Amino acid sequence: MTPMSQDYQKLELNYVRPTEFGARTSSSTRHPVIIVGAGPVGLATAIDLAQQGVQVVVLDDDNKLSNGSRAICFAKRTLEIFDRLGCGDRMVEKGVSWNVGKVFFQDDHVYTFNLLAENGHSRPAFINLQQYYVEGFLYEHASRLPNLDLRWKNKVTAVTPKADGVELTIETPEGNYTIEGSYVVACDGARSPVRKALGLESKGRTFRDRFLIADVKMKADFPAERWFWFDPPFHRNQSVLLHMQPDNVWRIDFQLGWDADPEVEKRPENVIPRIKALLGHDAQFDFEWVSVYTFSCLRMEKFRHGRVLFAGDSAHGVSPFGARGANSGIQDADNLAWKLRLVLEGKAPDRLLDTYASEREYAADENILNSTRATDFITPKSEVSRLFRDAVLKLSKEHPFARKLVNSGRLSVPSTLHGSALNTPDHDTFSGFMLPGAPATDAPVSVSGEAAWFLNQTGEGFTALYFAGADAIDGATVAALNRLKYGAIAVKPIVVVPQGGATRLPHGLMSIEDREGWLAQRFDACPGTTYVIRPDQHVCARWRQFDPSHVEAAIARATCNA
Amino acid sequence: MATLNIEPNITQSDDFYEALIESHRDLDAAQSQMVNAKLVLLLANHIGELDVLREALRRAREGIEAVRDH
Repeated sequence: MTPMSQDYQKLELNYVRPTEFGARTSSSTRHPVIIVGAGPVGLATAIDLAQQGVQVVVLDDDNKLSNGSRAICFAKRTLEIFDRLGCGDRMVEKGVSWNVGKVFFQDDHVYTFNLLAENGHSRPAFINLQQYYVEGFLYEHASRLPNLDLRWKNKVTAVTPKADGVELTIETPEGNYTIEGSYVVACDGARSPVRKALGLESKGRTFRDRFLIADVKMKADFPAERWFWFDPPFHRNQSVLLHMQPDNVWRIDFQLGWDADPEVEKRPENVIPRIKALLGHDAQFDFEWVSVYTFSCLRMEKFRHGRVLFAGDSAHGVSPFGARGANSGIQDADNLAWKLRLVLEGKAPDRLLDTYASEREYAADENILNSTRATDFITPKSEVSRLFRDAVLKLSKEHPFARKLVNSGRLSVPSTLHGSALNTPDHDTFSGFMLPGAPATDAPVSVSGEAAWFLNQTGEGFTALYFAGADAIDGATVAALNRLKYGAIAVKPIVVVPQGGATRLPHGLMSIEDREGWLAQRFDACPGTTYVIRPDQHVCARWRQFDPSHVEAAIARATCNA
Repeated sequence: MATLNIEPNITQSDDFYEALIESHRDLDAAQSQMVNAKLVLLLANHIGELDVLREALRRAREGIEAVRDH
């Protein structure tokens, strides 16, 4: 029997007098990293750093987690990151897993998409889970980490860059104090006080439309699928989106148009008829949350400003069709933590952090492009745009090609970091998707005879993946692979043996069995194929033969040590 | 890389032209707009290649002065 769920929306966290308070020193205490904001992105960054041995201070101006209807769709890549942060199982257990989306136009179902069409992945394409659960689970894990100092009711009121750090002035219920961070990560949301304090802006465009977002508690027969309607009978000329969440809570979005009055539309007497039109007039339900939103796509020009790094909504914002907001923020954290750690340990130069900015600015552009395209289809911005949108929908009933053009959201996938300076360009020929810059894909494996998943074997630092053939590996290769563990930047060697292959190797060299053969297939591997995978599980190099000097060069390149 | 064919390629061009105009018979302006939009999409799919389509879009827009701040 599972214990009763904690109500994370009501959880109140304790303010604790900071140790620096009233300290009689003339200079502020210095910390390696200070994170501003304890939302999903701030907590993920903090956990990632703390797990790698970096001491972290997290400041939040509040003492509560989020409440109401915020992010709900957490993508497979995000779940893989949560796995690396020790929280994946809890998220998936509580969340509602889904892979399938359906699109309806008027009275017809026109299109079904499956976001995870193949088997052999540990995690589903998406889970729906209320943001307060995500924060609650991250918070509980974070509170158990010894070098993670979470400070509630600590509000940053001034940001002062210094020669080799950043000084923050903080307001608490007991008065102000200052601390310094060698680096500050601003995860303080769309209205980012840190961004404002530095006189910076996030720019883009706002979509001329309004959406009524309702979280409704009810028992309903809809399946765990994302359902999107264009011009349904129950909401003519507008769109509706329906998602299942845990605890019998359903998220329903109604497009209202630009001329709608948010204050009027939010009133229960105006929301109830809309929901009854969708569910039927006898439907029984309660409101958990109702709000009216306007959406924007925007970003900061640069995500790095000296020793301040911006992650999540502080750096970039998107409209929600595609679930690319929180998911890209967590991927920012994934990209940043290992780089910060190496820089703080003196194992990589400070300019490695420039690649956080360039890689994640690139990803933000991809997310903004996809979110904008979806929103332009849902909210056409001109008469002719609306004309073509409606033409696509009319054709979609009977024409397969038109169904592909229907855009109710291109759901979040992690970016392949094309053109990143940290990638070692291919010299050998490969097919498939595991190119340098791509997030490594999952596959079923066996470890010590037990069924396991490939991605869970990576992510603690760099990995060198060596695909062995059916024959025994020669001693020189074994020794060279083993030596990778002891380089200046440690690399974890993993040998992949085919189905039924021998799994005991000398020197404690780890081997995993490619249980279904899908790992080799997905990585287009043959005997000798070697991949180098970054701590954030993105591929950075690959070859048809293992050569330790190539691996060394790839690591140097991936850490700006080349 | 394929390019847009601007040489004569319609097998019976006068028949086509008549059919095009005929296809709008008895439609009002809004309905004709919709027919044209659907036709663009249908033919675009038949052509398929993005480079060719971009070339066609470029030529279609050529010589038309955009009205500012419409």
